[in-house]
Amino acid sequence: MIKKDLSIDFLGVHFENPFCLSSSPVGNCYDMCKKAYDTGWGGVVFKTIGPKHFLIDEVSPRFDALTKESTEFVGFRNLEQIAEHSLEENLADLRRLKAEYPNKVLIASIMGTYEEDWTELARLVEEAGADMIELNFSCPNMTTHEMGSDVGSSPDLCRKYCAAVKRGSKLPVLAKMTPNLTDMVPLAKASLEGGADGIAAINTIKCVINVDLQRHVGLPIINGKSAISGYSGKAVKPIALRFIQQMRSAEGLENLPISGIGGIETWSDAAEFILLGASTLQVTTAIMEYGYRVVEDMKNGLMHYMEEQGVEHLSELVGKANKNIISAEQLDRDYIVYPEIDEEACVGCGRCYISCYDGAHQAMIWNEETRRPKCDHEKCVGCHLCALVCPVKAIGKGEIVMKPGREGKPEDKHV
Amino acid sequence: MKYAEEVEKAYTPITVREEAQRCLLCHDAPCSQACPAGTAPDRFIRSIRLNNIKGAAETIRENNALGAVCARVCPTERYCQKACSRCGIDRPIDIAGLQRYATDAEERFGMQILQAAPANSHKVAIVGSGPAGLQAAASLLQLGYAVDIYEKSAAAGGYLRYGIPEYRLPNAIVDTEIKRIAALGASIKTSTTVGKDVTMDELQAQYEAVLLAVGFSQAKMLPMFADSDITETAVDFLARVKQAKGEVELPQNIVVIGGGDVAMDVATTLKMLGVKNVTDVVYEEFCEFLASKKELAGAQALGVTIIDGYVPEKIEGRKVTFKHRRINASLEIETDKVILAVGQQADGEGLGLNFIKNEVEFEGYQSPNPKVFVAGDIARGDKTVVWAVRKGKEAAQAIHNFLGGKQ
Repeated sequence: MIKKDLSIDFLGVHFENPFCLSSSPVGNCYDMCKKAYDTGWGGVVFKTIGPKHFLIDEVSPRFDALTKESTEFVGFRNLEQIAEHSLEENLADLRRLKAEYPNKVLIASIMGTYEEDWTELARLVEEAGADMIELNFSCPNMTTHEMGSDVGSSPDLCRKYCAAVKRGSKLPVLAKMTPNLTDMVPLAKASLEGGADGIAAINTIKCVINVDLQRHVGLPIINGKSAISGYSGKAVKPIALRFIQQMRSAEGLENLPISGIGGIETWSDAAEFILLGASTLQVTTAIMEYGYRVVEDMKNGLMHYMEEQGVEHLSELVGKANKNIISAEQLDRDYIVYPEIDEEACVGCGRCYISCYDGAHQAMIWNEETRRPKCDHEKCVGCHLCALVCPVKAIGKGEIVMKPGREGKPEDKHV
Repeated sequence: MKYAEEVEKAYTPITVREEAQRCLLCHDAPCSQACPAGTAPDRFIRSIRLNNIKGAAETIRENNALGAVCARVCPTERYCQKACSRCGIDRPIDIAGLQRYATDAEERFGMQILQAAPANSHKVAIVGSGPAGLQAAASLLQLGYAVDIYEKSAAAGGYLRYGIPEYRLPNAIVDTEIKRIAALGASIKTSTTVGKDVTMDELQAQYEAVLLAVGFSQAKMLPMFADSDITETAVDFLARVKQAKGEVELPQNIVVIGGGDVAMDVATTLKMLGVKNVTDVVYEEFCEFLASKKELAGAQALGVTIIDGYVPEKIEGRKVTFKHRRINASLEIETDKVILAVGQQADGEGLGLNFIKNEVEFEGYQSPNPKVFVAGDIARGDKTVVWAVRKGKEAAQAIHNFLGGKQ
C-alpha cells in the first residue's frame, strides 16, 4: 500500500490528513466522531452547537435525493438544523473526543443569535478542547431569520459576529459561507475584517429538489407540505469550485485559507478543491450515502495522485490551478479544434449525430450504410458536444485550425 | 474463437465503472466473506467505484499474490459471486471481471505493490511452484524469509502453466505473476525433482523449514485404458497443447471421458483447435455436474456433444463401450482418440508423506515431522486455485509461527 505524507498545516493547526467531516448530521455525537476518527478522517467539524435558548425541533422525514438514470444521489437535500443535543452534552462530547484523540483535529461549529451568544459559545468550545472554531453563517434550514444563511448574506453581521467570537476565544476561526448569493467576496472580506482567519465554503444551496406529482407537494412531505431547504452532493461541486475560485482570484484574497466543501466523494474531487486553493476538505453527503469508509479511497487515491504529480507535501498542490482560470473575455478565441473520430472504437450508436444536429451545428454526417459518423469541417464549430455524449469515448481532439485572419500557429495551442 | 487468445473480453475504463456501480456496497460484505483467499472484493470494488483503480490493485495484490490468475480462473460462481447480495435483485456483480481490470491496470501502470521485508536470516525451501507454492513464497518473502522454490518441470507455474488452456489463462499472465514473486527475491530452481535430484534429507539439512506444495501432477488412469494406444490423459494433452500454443495435429473424432472443469477445458480446447466431432461422456448426470456452469456452457456453445450418466466399460481398438449408470442401456462410439479426464493425484515419491484419499493424513499444514509443511492440493481442503492461494498464505503463517515469528 502506498505511503505518502498527507498532512497539512492549516491556520496553525496540524492535520494528519486534510479530510474532515463537515458540520452536519454525520458528526452529531461522540460515537459518530469516534468511528470517523477510527476510520481515518483527519478532522471533525462537530455538528453546529447553538445557544441554550434556541431549541431544536426537527421534522420527519427530512431528506430527499435527486436521481438521474441509475445514479442514486446526484444531489441531496436536507432539512436538518443544528445539533439537537443540549449544550452540555455537546461540550461533554467535545471534551471526550479531544481527550481520546489528541492528535486528531476537532473543530467546533457554532451559531448564535446575538453577539453575546457567539462570544460565549466560542469561550465554551475552546474550554472544551476544540482546536478551531467554524462559524455557521450559512445553514439555510433555520427556523429563525436571525440565524443561518440570512446572517451569511449580510457583511455587517458577518463582521460583527466574527469579532464577537474573537472576544471569546483565541482559537483560529473559519467563517462558513452560504452560496445563496451572487458574490461571496464581500462576505469573505467582511469576515476577515471581523477577525476570521479563513473561509469554509460552501454550505448547502437553497432548493426544491423534487415535487410529488400526485400530491402536488415538494419532497420530502411533512404533513402535506414541504419547504425550501439545503441542497448538497456531487451536483453542487461545480458551484462550490466556482465560489472558491472567485474568492482566491479576488484582490487581497489570493492566499485566502480555505476549507473546501461541496460534493466531494472521491480523491479526484478532493484534488480539484485543493488545486483551486482548499487546504482542508469537508464531506457529508458521500458519508451519508456510503459511510465513513469513503475516506479510505480518498486518502489512498490522493497519495497515488501526489506520487504521479511528484510532490512530497500536499501544500505544494494548494491553489495550483487558480491562475489558469481567467475571465471569459481573456480566453483565446482564435482557433477551432475539430473532433477526431476513432472508427475502430466507434460502435455506431449515432448519439454524436443526434446531439450535433439537435444541440449544436448539424456538422456530423451520418452514413446509414456503415453506421459511422463523419465530421463536416465546413459546419463544425469545434464545440465537442459529440465527444461528451459518445458512450465509448471514441471522439477526441483532432486538427487545430486558426480562424481566418487570426495571428498565431495551431501547434502553439494547448488544446 | 482462437485457442491462443483470451476468450473473456476485458472491461474498458467506462464499462468497468458501470459494472462497479451495480455493486450494492454491502455492510460486512458477503462476497468478501466467501473468498477463500481473502482477496476482499468489497474493498476493491469500492475503490473502482470511487475512481481509485490503483488502490483497487493494491488491495487485490496484497491479499492475493496470484490476483491476476484468480481473476481469470477462479470459479467465482461458487464463492464471491454466489454470495453477492445483488443476486437478490438480478445477477451478481462480475467480480472476476473487475479483478481482472484492476490487475491489468496494475501491470499497465508498472506498479510494484509487494515489498520484501528486511532479511530475517531464516531460510525456507518450497517444493512445487504451483499457486500454493508461489503464494507461500510471496507471503514468506514479505516476512523477510529467504525462499528457494524447487520445481521439477522446465518452467515454474505448475498447473497454471501446464494445465489451464491459453484461452482462459495465457502463459504471459502466469509469467508476469511469477516475475513479481521472483522480484521479491525468490530463487526458482526448475528441472529439479525433489526425491530424485535432491533428497528431502538434504533439504531438511539445508533449510529450517520445507514446504511441500507438489499438487496433483499425475493423471489418474482407468485400468481398461492403460494399454490403449489411442488414449491420452487430459494432463498430458493440455500440457502438450499449451506448450505448442495450440499448434498440434488432431484427428476429427475424439471422445473425452470426465465431467469436471478439466474435461470441459479439454473438450473446449479440441473444438477451438477445429476438431469436428467432440463427444464428452460423463458419469455424473447434469443435475449433479461437477464442472462450473460457465465452462459447461462454453463447451456446449462450441458444439461439444455431452452425454451424461454413462460409465466406460471397455475399449477395443477404436471402439469404446459405455454403460448407463442405472438403466439398461449401452453406448458404443467409434473414435480416433480418447482423452481421459477422470481426475488427478499427487506424486509423493521420495517426499516421506502418507496419503489417504489423495490428501495428507493430518489436519493443517505442519506434518508429524515438524520441519516439514504441506500446502496446495495435498493439504486438506478444496482443490481450486483460490484455495491453493489460501493454503499457501496459511502455510506460510504456520512456518512463520514455527520459526518464532509472531502470529
